[in-house]
Amino acid sequence: MASTYFTEDHEWISVENGVATIGITDYAQEQLGDIVFVELPEKGRKLAKGEAAVVVESVKAASDVYAPVDGEIADVNDKLSSEPALVNSAATGDGWLWKMKLSNEGQLSGLMDEAAYKKLIG
Amino acid sequence: MSGNEQATKILPLQDLHKAAGARFGAFAGWSMPISYPAGVMKEHLHTRAHAGLFDISHMRLFEVSGPDAAAFLGRACPLDANALDNGQSKYTLLLDEHAGILDDLIVTRLGSHRFMVVANAGNAAADEKHLKAVAKDFDCKVEPLERVFLALQGQDAKAVLVAAGIDAAHLSFMHGFEPRPGWFLTRSGYTGEDGFEIAVPVKDGAALAENLLADERVQWVGLAARDSLRLEAGLCLHGQDIDPSTDPVSAALMWAISKPVREKGAFIGAEALAKKGAQGASEKRVGLKPEGRQPVRDGVELFTENGERIGRVTSGGFGPSAEAPVAMGYVATELAKPGIRLFADVRGNRLPINVHTLPFVPHRYRKG
Repeated sequence: MASTYFTEDHEWISVENGVATIGITDYAQEQLGDIVFVELPEKGRKLAKGEAAVVVESVKAASDVYAPVDGEIADVNDKLSSEPALVNSAATGDGWLWKMKLSNEGQLSGLMDEAAYKKLIG
Repeated sequence: MSGNEQATKILPLQDLHKAAGARFGAFAGWSMPISYPAGVMKEHLHTRAHAGLFDISHMRLFEVSGPDAAAFLGRACPLDANALDNGQSKYTLLLDEHAGILDDLIVTRLGSHRFMVVANAGNAAADEKHLKAVAKDFDCKVEPLERVFLALQGQDAKAVLVAAGIDAAHLSFMHGFEPRPGWFLTRSGYTGEDGFEIAVPVKDGAALAENLLADERVQWVGLAARDSLRLEAGLCLHGQDIDPSTDPVSAALMWAISKPVREKGAFIGAEALAKKGAQGASEKRVGLKPEGRQPVRDGVELFTENGERIGRVTSGGFGPSAEAPVAMGYVATELAKPGIRLFADVRGNRLPINVHTLPFVPHRYRKG
């Protein structure tokens, strides 16, 4: 059973067996507008919590997406290279950004659950 | 902080934008509608396919009138204002003594001693001060006007205006007139499309906007799409692509200055401009097209294959009609040739980018 967490920077993290899938929330994709390019990281790269992992580019601007916890990149969503608009149409599904192996699962407890996130975005 | 910050200015039609669901952002001291619920991509494409309505009331209109009005404009700008026919508009510049570009303007002749000048929002206060100082030596006055200023742009713009009861179909590109007292209308714009800019007294603004929006071919378009449209059209944004550190030679804007004016114009900056013209510019403004899908944005530096820094991007983003990233910037003159391959440093990655002709999307101005 996967558990899903949220950050104040509008990322979602779905964790199953020590591997997290990460994307941006529907609220975030709506704020960014039409996504035209996603700059994905290299597999195997180690990330510290708060480090910029992915750059999502809309028509107007480039926005960083941060690693919500420490870990190592296990996979990236290659589909986004040809279909960046998946982030708009399926932010919490096929528009996921990367997967990472968690190195400190304890950090998850500092994140929000869905109810708390919904309260944050009003 | 400077301590002389002014409150953000609010558009007279703000309530209409709010009702339309606009997302606002700060630009040049104004709270401006950046985009509407349709989103930048759709707004941009709608403008090219049908008609987009833009609120450009942040831009400043000046009425210049008096016996010396033409002579004054010929001093303030590299322009022979006397050569303009009544109703004719011309793109021109405001230069400093070093031929640095203080602003770009559209000047329209409205009578033998009367002109309309349209200036950029960000420079409105500085332009007013500058123009009034130059005007002291002439028998004329420079009067800023309070107007709601709308741009209707796109292939359906003419038909929409006619249907709305505003007969401007007789105008050709870069011509204007005053359809009613206090109104000013030109066939021009900043999108590369056929279109019109209409300034009206504030009290008439909401009714005009609502009248135009009642046509199903029209929708509001925000500042973000205005920017992607003008970039595809290869048009400069002052403060970004041109500014006091650039001059008409390096900015590739000499087309805006007629040969007789270049040769014997009495405008401010004439001497410096002649010198720059004779010497040639060390860098030139060009179009730039990234090879991949990744946008290359303003502030990015450009390099040769050997890693020599030879330019910079001044505007860049994604062109919805070009269906690709597009940009413009300055490169060393010897490299300012379409097809030259350079590299853009985007967050440490070297992305190939080619010098490209402007515009990226052909202009579709109407001559009648």
